[in-house]
Amino acid sequence: MSRIGRVAWSLAGVSLFVAAWAVATRHAPPSGVPGPAATLRGLLDVARSGALVRNVVASVFRVAVGFTLGTLAGVPLGLWIGWHARAHAFFNPVLQALRPISPIAWLPIATLWLGSGDSAAVFLIFLSSFFPIVVAAAAAVRTIDRRYLRAAENFGVHSIALARTVILPASLPQIFTGLRVALGVGWVVVVAAEMLGVTSGLGYQINDARNNLRFDLVVAAMVVIGAIGYMLDGLLRALERRAFVYRSARDGAR
Amino acid sequence: MSAVSIRGARKRFGDPDTGTPVLDGIDLDVAAGEFVAIVGASGCGKSTLLHAAAGFERLDAGEVQINGVPVTEPSRRHVYVAQEPSVFPWFTVVENIAFGLRDLAPSEIARRVQEHVALVGLQGFEDAYPYELSGGMKQRLEFARALAVDPAVLLLDEPFGALDAITRLQMRREILRIWIATRTTCVLVTHDVDEACELADRVCVLSPRPARILEILPIALERPRSLDAPEVRDVRSRVYGLLRVDR
Repeated sequence: MSRIGRVAWSLAGVSLFVAAWAVATRHAPPSGVPGPAATLRGLLDVARSGALVRNVVASVFRVAVGFTLGTLAGVPLGLWIGWHARAHAFFNPVLQALRPISPIAWLPIATLWLGSGDSAAVFLIFLSSFFPIVVAAAAAVRTIDRRYLRAAENFGVHSIALARTVILPASLPQIFTGLRVALGVGWVVVVAAEMLGVTSGLGYQINDARNNLRFDLVVAAMVVIGAIGYMLDGLLRALERRAFVYRSARDGAR
Repeated sequence: MSAVSIRGARKRFGDPDTGTPVLDGIDLDVAAGEFVAIVGASGCGKSTLLHAAAGFERLDAGEVQINGVPVTEPSRRHVYVAQEPSVFPWFTVVENIAFGLRDLAPSEIARRVQEHVALVGLQGFEDAYPYELSGGMKQRLEFARALAVDPAVLLLDEPFGALDAITRLQMRREILRIWIATRTTCVLVTHDVDEACELADRVCVLSPRPARILEILPIALERPRSLDAPEVRDVRSRVYGLLRVDR
């Protein structure tokens, strides 16, 4: 499909969604579910007051810190677990049992440990990113094509040099998929994490607006969350395409 | 002293006492600068023999020596080239060739890389990634990376097996040209009798599994040589006879 065709179809999809939203909410009372027009007015309100920017910055900051920490801890640990069968046997059951626990379930524990505030929210984002990244990195190492490891062995490349020149680059595409999942989960979780104990962020905006019965601001925050989540993933995808240009031909159309 | 000396090589799959026998006492000497082809039916154990020579697998009994030193592990003295190219997709042509040279001085690395880019005719593709190369070029890059470390022997395991028929014929000429230029000792494992007869000083015919050497047939004819030369036709029909393929 041509670029123009793709954009046209996407615009049609978005328009139809907004139209359906408008139709579904057309008879709602002022205190009911807001339609697109009311949401837009609410969005402009918070944008003008500066609250929107402050909340977006707060949420993005928490996700950025938690995600970075999750990456810094998750990638090396995942590589190590993937490489050593013993480390895999040792860590895997614990990781697999911790992974299905929703990060939100950690909220009481997180506030108990870290108090309310930024650190508890950041900790939840850290957990949300850490598990998908560890699992992706370990799986990536375990599925490295034997040919590459054989060649490295044949040319006398071991330990750190092996990790740097073969294991890491060979696993990076799969690790990147893990990073995208992690960022997506982190962005979902931050909203819930901000509903307790903090006074900024898009999650806080939703909670605060509901308490004030400003449902237009609730939906405005939802729209912003969706748009930013979409952009963050687009950013990582663009980075992925640039970083792994060498893969594009081998993997066919992507 | 032989470049490669295989003595009493025995191996079973799985258990060394009860597993299926694969190699049933192989003795073979390859002189320095010689090109020896090993032919045999699929699954006869010829790849196992080459893996043992490369140090990827251990023999149950017997040993492989390279320049008089027993092979115990993979090493740059004996480089293995398989049919699926194992050049690194995340490195350029130059980075791939330099892969085995990391402990040399930068000027020496640059010199060897340049020399081997030229040897395999990849000039102009120095900064290309493998996905930008054709199958034949990728295989030439594989040869360049292997030869750059100056190995005592090149172990070729069906190196053209994954290529299309025409590229295969071109690569045969190419490896011959490279061998004539470098005179690197080569042990080629193949099931392509024509390939063996076109390239090798001696063709070593293996029995079906468990592999024993049925016969070693020398071809004392200059290369490049024609497959229609009487000596080649004679060896070829004897190989087919030993492999029990009626022609």
